[in-house]
Amino acid sequence: MEEPAREVSRVNRREMAKMLAIGVVASLVGVAVALAIDWFPAESSTAADRIDTLWDIVLMCAVPIFVLVMTVAIYSVVRFRARPGHTGDGPPIHGNTKLEIIWVTIPFVIVTSLAIYSWIVLDDIEASEQDQVVVEVTGRQFAWSFAYPEEGVKQADELVLPVDRQTEFKIRSADVIHSFWVPEFRMKKDAVPGLTTTTRVTPTRTGSWQIVCAELCGIGHATMRQRVRVVRPEEYERWVAERRQEGGQGGEAGGSGENGG
Amino acid sequence: MSLAARLTAPGWWRALVSLPIGAVVGAGIVVAGRALYGWEPLFDGDAITTVCLITVPLAFLIGIGCFDYWFRWASGAPTVPEDHSNHGAYSWRDYFKVNTDHKVIGIQYIVTTFAFFVIGGLMAMLMRAELTAPGSQFVDPNTFNGLFSVHASLMIFLFVIPVFAGIANYVVPLMIGAPDMAFPRLNALSFWLLPIAGIMMVASFFAPGGAFATGWTAYAPLSTETPLGQTFFTIGVQFAGASSIATALNFLVTIITMRAPGMTFWRMPLLVWAQFTTSLLVVIATPFIAGSQFFLLFDRALGTDLFSPANGGDVIMYQHVFWFYSHPAVYIMMLPGFGIISEVISTHARKPIFGYRMMAFSLMAIVILGFTVWAHHMFVSGMHDWLRIPMMITTLLIAVPTGIKIFSWLATLWRGVIHLRTPMLFALGFITMFTLGGISGVMLGMVPVDIHVSDTYFVVAHIHYVLFGGSVFTIFAGIYHWFPKMTGRMYDERLGKIHFWLSFVFFNLTFGPMHFVGVDGMPRRVADYAEQFAALNALISVSSFIFGATFFIFLYNMIASWRHGPRAAANPWRAHTIEWQVSSPPPVFNFDEVPTVVGGPYEYGVPGAVHAVFKGEKEPAGTGPTPAVAHRPE
Repeated sequence: MEEPAREVSRVNRREMAKMLAIGVVASLVGVAVALAIDWFPAESSTAADRIDTLWDIVLMCAVPIFVLVMTVAIYSVVRFRARPGHTGDGPPIHGNTKLEIIWVTIPFVIVTSLAIYSWIVLDDIEASEQDQVVVEVTGRQFAWSFAYPEEGVKQADELVLPVDRQTEFKIRSADVIHSFWVPEFRMKKDAVPGLTTTTRVTPTRTGSWQIVCAELCGIGHATMRQRVRVVRPEEYERWVAERRQEGGQGGEAGGSGENGG
Repeated sequence: MSLAARLTAPGWWRALVSLPIGAVVGAGIVVAGRALYGWEPLFDGDAITTVCLITVPLAFLIGIGCFDYWFRWASGAPTVPEDHSNHGAYSWRDYFKVNTDHKVIGIQYIVTTFAFFVIGGLMAMLMRAELTAPGSQFVDPNTFNGLFSVHASLMIFLFVIPVFAGIANYVVPLMIGAPDMAFPRLNALSFWLLPIAGIMMVASFFAPGGAFATGWTAYAPLSTETPLGQTFFTIGVQFAGASSIATALNFLVTIITMRAPGMTFWRMPLLVWAQFTTSLLVVIATPFIAGSQFFLLFDRALGTDLFSPANGGDVIMYQHVFWFYSHPAVYIMMLPGFGIISEVISTHARKPIFGYRMMAFSLMAIVILGFTVWAHHMFVSGMHDWLRIPMMITTLLIAVPTGIKIFSWLATLWRGVIHLRTPMLFALGFITMFTLGGISGVMLGMVPVDIHVSDTYFVVAHIHYVLFGGSVFTIFAGIYHWFPKMTGRMYDERLGKIHFWLSFVFFNLTFGPMHFVGVDGMPRRVADYAEQFAALNALISVSSFIFGATFFIFLYNMIASWRHGPRAAANPWRAHTIEWQVSSPPPVFNFDEVPTVVGGPYEYGVPGAVHAVFKGEKEPAGTGPTPAVAHRPE
């Protein structure tokens, strides 16, 4: 005599424990793999460090959630699959208040925590520091140009920044919307005609990377890439001095005179 | 029929003749206006084309017969409200006419939208061919930009949004025990507005300067300055939007007023709830994209300066208005799919939907919250900094009602009797991939992360996981599930399974790696990329070609099964909802008598429980014995 479906499908403690164990192991493996993946371009700014850490934290929340969903789904499909010829129904379960409260509360707590943490990180990476370099960035179809108003450099086609010192970018557009982004720095801001937008970066390594335009700006969008160099302070001062001289008006244009060699 | 009769009766002959009349009217308006102002040249191609993009489609709609009844009524001539001469399909020809039968319109929608799906998909294949290797191989950058713009526009406005309208058009009136939708003639007009939009968007490739190439988002001021092709999107979207709004109005009135006796809101199947909430989204939000495109049209055609900062315009305003629709649009593209999944999972796991009320409430929560998150598309746009925080909070919160749904479906599967038929497979695939897409969505909602990944391939990965792995998988699930009802034949189950598995594997191989290249620094909407991304792009491209090919398994199954498949019973899945209680396909007017709803829609596991009864019938057709005892032979 067949047991009623309600009894046949009931899951005993041992099976639940097994499912839980599989879930925990899969989560640990999943988190380990996710953290081991080299997701980002090399960390080259203070913001990169904060953002990459935030990313790792999110992965540590996300992987177990995904594993939970997959474990329950796969387990159900295997355990509760209709046997051939089985024409019956499952038990008429309409809900479980306790379970429903749990799966509203826990996600709510997770997303709220992520929001708060993100807010803290955002304030941190956008905070203004002392002794800034100010660079005016102008995007146009299909290149960037730069000015260092406080250094007396009116126009430069190359972006050179000193390491370990914050640069504040004042970004404008001469025509359509562009977006100023160096993946290694992480920070990105649109260049909008009619506005000046601002973003701040403190580079932490010397090196040479690409500025990538990250807003569709027309036919040349894909190749609107330009070099940014982060150099030691002495080299930066030298470069600035050279640009100032090339500027024609010599040292009279704004700013304090040349320092250093 | 005599020639005169052919050209005066509604239909294709009259529609074809109306097209040049529409063109002459459009050109005439422009030339007359320019002459009065003394503007040279009188015959300005851009101006004439712009006005004709409005007058020619309207002429077509009038010619084919969408307005005949209303014009007669408005003119005071006698009309017969119950005129069913354009109702029902008795031959294949009826599918090419202005037909007032919701079942005919549903199939017209589904077939038309899948045709645009193929066109949009071929554009994607061409893009992936170009992106297989760095450098320029097949198309120049302007064409490439046109391809991704038209691809997205077709997929959004000509496939996902309207195919759900088509499936719901067919199923919802049957599900609520109604003989048709509340406004059958408006329903027909809603359908015919759609191919106009699609043809217009594809036709933009033939405009001087090429197709619109500013993305489906068409940000100003790039879109105010580009050549004529842009206008094909600006106006095409209005036709698609009008179609969508009219259909949504129809669904709202139908669901509110035409439910069978006994069907309270809390006895409605979840597909009806989903269509109801989606329709609310459509009627409230769609006018905003219409507005944004009217603004663009005014700047392009009338010389206004809404988006010219030099003359007091505001560029970011475009984005706010555009995204105020386009974020709810993604819920328009998902909620009906949620409804379909609820129907498929409960039927094929033979178990009531777990937490039915919370499922309905979560739909409503998504509707309300969905209007509060739009600026998460604008975190790096230069909008006011402070606005990013509340938008982040609402964006992350919307994961809660969405999570409720995922968990409820899992709990429905738990202890069910699971039949791994094709609809159920696509439902399971949907749960997997939508969860992944939801996770990447939460990541995107966190501003510091979004600052880095905004406008990169990480976003492209996210949108395809939720729109293809999400929406399209639910569309496939729904088509397979209701195929027997719509066609009276069974699809080939083996081909269905092959379609599912190949799609699942190659979908993930195509879009999975995009997460990596995006975070690693590859921007989106680019015809070319830096050398370091070459290997993954090659993998993505090759996978995409195979993925694209799997569609033809589905297409073959649909066509061959419709023509020669085994005949389907009224209720092959032994489901409880009302559409399964009539023949496959249903009679022209659906029900000989209105059913009475006596219980919930998912009363599996309760012996003898039924959802609806017809007087004079002891038991609804074909639900069979539904005992709690296993192994009772049929």
